[in-house]
Amino acid sequence: MSSQDMTPAPAPGTPAPVAPPRPTGRLRRMLDSDIFYSWKRSPVTVIATFTALFLILMALMAPLIAPHDPFNPASLNLMDGFTPPASASAFSDNWFLMGADNQGRDVLSTIMYGSRVSLFVGFMATLFAVVMGMGLGLAAGYNGGMIDAVIMRVADIQLSFPAILIALLIFGVARGVIPANQQESMAIWVLILAIGLSNWAQFARTVRGATMVEREKDYVAAARIMGVHPVLILLRHILPNVLGPVLVIGTIGLALAIIEEATLSFLGVGVPPTQPSLGTLIRIGQQYLFSGEWWILFFPAMTLILLALSVNLLGDWLRDALNPKLR
Amino acid sequence: MLAFIIRRLAQSVLVMLFVALIAFVIFRYVGDPIASMVGVETRLEDQEIMRDRLGLNDPAVIQFLRFVGNAMQGEFGISYRLQQPVTELILSRLPATIELAFASAMIALVFGVVLGVFTALKPKSLLSGAVMSASLIGVSLPTFLIGIGLIYIFSVELGWLPSFGRGEVVDLGWWRTGLLTETGLKSLILPAITLSLFQLTLIMRLVRAEMLEVLRTEYIRFARARGLTQRAINFGHALKNTLVPVITITGLQLGSVIAFAIVTETVFQWPGVGSLFITSVQVVDVPVMAAYLMFIALVFVLINLVVDILYFVVDPRLRVDGGSSGK
Repeated sequence: MSSQDMTPAPAPGTPAPVAPPRPTGRLRRMLDSDIFYSWKRSPVTVIATFTALFLILMALMAPLIAPHDPFNPASLNLMDGFTPPASASAFSDNWFLMGADNQGRDVLSTIMYGSRVSLFVGFMATLFAVVMGMGLGLAAGYNGGMIDAVIMRVADIQLSFPAILIALLIFGVARGVIPANQQESMAIWVLILAIGLSNWAQFARTVRGATMVEREKDYVAAARIMGVHPVLILLRHILPNVLGPVLVIGTIGLALAIIEEATLSFLGVGVPPTQPSLGTLIRIGQQYLFSGEWWILFFPAMTLILLALSVNLLGDWLRDALNPKLR
Repeated sequence: MLAFIIRRLAQSVLVMLFVALIAFVIFRYVGDPIASMVGVETRLEDQEIMRDRLGLNDPAVIQFLRFVGNAMQGEFGISYRLQQPVTELILSRLPATIELAFASAMIALVFGVVLGVFTALKPKSLLSGAVMSASLIGVSLPTFLIGIGLIYIFSVELGWLPSFGRGEVVDLGWWRTGLLTETGLKSLILPAITLSLFQLTLIMRLVRAEMLEVLRTEYIRFARARGLTQRAINFGHALKNTLVPVITITGLQLGSVIAFAIVTETVFQWPGVGSLFITSVQVVDVPVMAAYLMFIALVFVLINLVVDILYFVVDPRLRVDGGSSGK
């Protein structure tokens, strides 16, 4: 299915925005594709794309564009604490667009650095889940038999538990196993592992289903007769054809992973306090909800919502766009 | 029928054993049970004697069997942190969580069905559109942010409802209920709504999809041709047929409600099992973690079993292929 998506289908009525003399590869084909056409026609998706891109860019360039360095104790002034948004501190000449938190850190800058952590954990965890789920799914779908039964049973059991619970357990176990002096530096990787491990089953199930369909097709039989190694058949022939659905649940999985990370950090079991993510910032902000310092909570929360919502909308659109039944 | 139930039972036992294995590994190998029991001054020989007496030197299989045996008698050891039997701890926290879970399941069921029917019957109305978009946003919002938002509106700004705790409770034997006092009921409202929103949107979308499907069928058209009233058609014929999957999903979701309660309980400082689990993860209170895992697994397996059997009883089609396709 997705092999057809890749071919430069001449979408009727698509004005070619850029016209290089010859089809110079992927960009040209991408702009001509059905996918791009459906993207352009959905304003919500376009907005979601730009919001997501904006947030990702902001996170990536945080060290360059952040107005303050929130993690450099030398540049912090405790007297700046609780400065309201869009005002200067009463005690120093610092100006804060989104206010300052309890320690006098610029909220905007902590958000920039915080989304960096959130996005990093989200991406890595999703990548981990995709690679693991895809590997196991391919193995299960292609081989069948015992391997399939065992992998899918484990996936079934895991899928019946909420991901957050599994992530919490893995996190708790890792905390007990890792020596205390390394916990701080390992925390992010433990988190990635925990979130990744709690989400692989989804991918495994989808890939297994798609692989079982592809396995029966003639091109696989042909490859097998030609004596291609099974691993090569899986990677070079079957894998590209099952990538479509993986992309869809991967995008939605990214939104889920970001939320999961935020939830864990909010619960106080996520990233270390020295590297606050959006969830940690919300946890801090929640303490000042009753005393009226709303900005410490509000801005990180809005960023998280925008991030999760825009990625989610992208995933939804992708699912519809890649599903030929809905065209 | 009997064969089906026996097969399901066997599967449940297998799942429980698998979870027990994980719980056992956590229980036995995360941290050293002896180290957490003795002080610094206990001699190594004494530690060795203790190890022997507690059977920690026995083969792993024997230890595992002993663990399962103890677990079946509800014996999970003593919490490292609180120095109380774990089973007692969980049982004392259980009523709070169960009351919360049931309250939110009720909210989700009632509002989910009503909204689902409404959006299906009037798909073009403005209100339906609003409800559907709101549900999309609701799904992508993290639970804890919804909780914080509700606290902000109803506790901080309006001051109508308490933001934390259970209010006054009444002892009914070992069951400590908050449902009989005014403060208890008031305290229940916000957490229950928070916990219900996710299930609510799920049920709503499910009812809507099922209704739209059923309304297209021949027998609905026939009912129209017979001149039945709209109400009789919509509720007597259409809704009735959508309820089977709805009940299944609600039942299955009850388990994840209990697990999702972890987050809600933390936000509202609700003294339930979930917040017990969170603290045990934070301080690596291994016996509580292991016991909670077993407990949640038991809840899930029981619910799954009941729902499977119910489904089987309600839907005659499943009886033909022996119900092996399961869920």
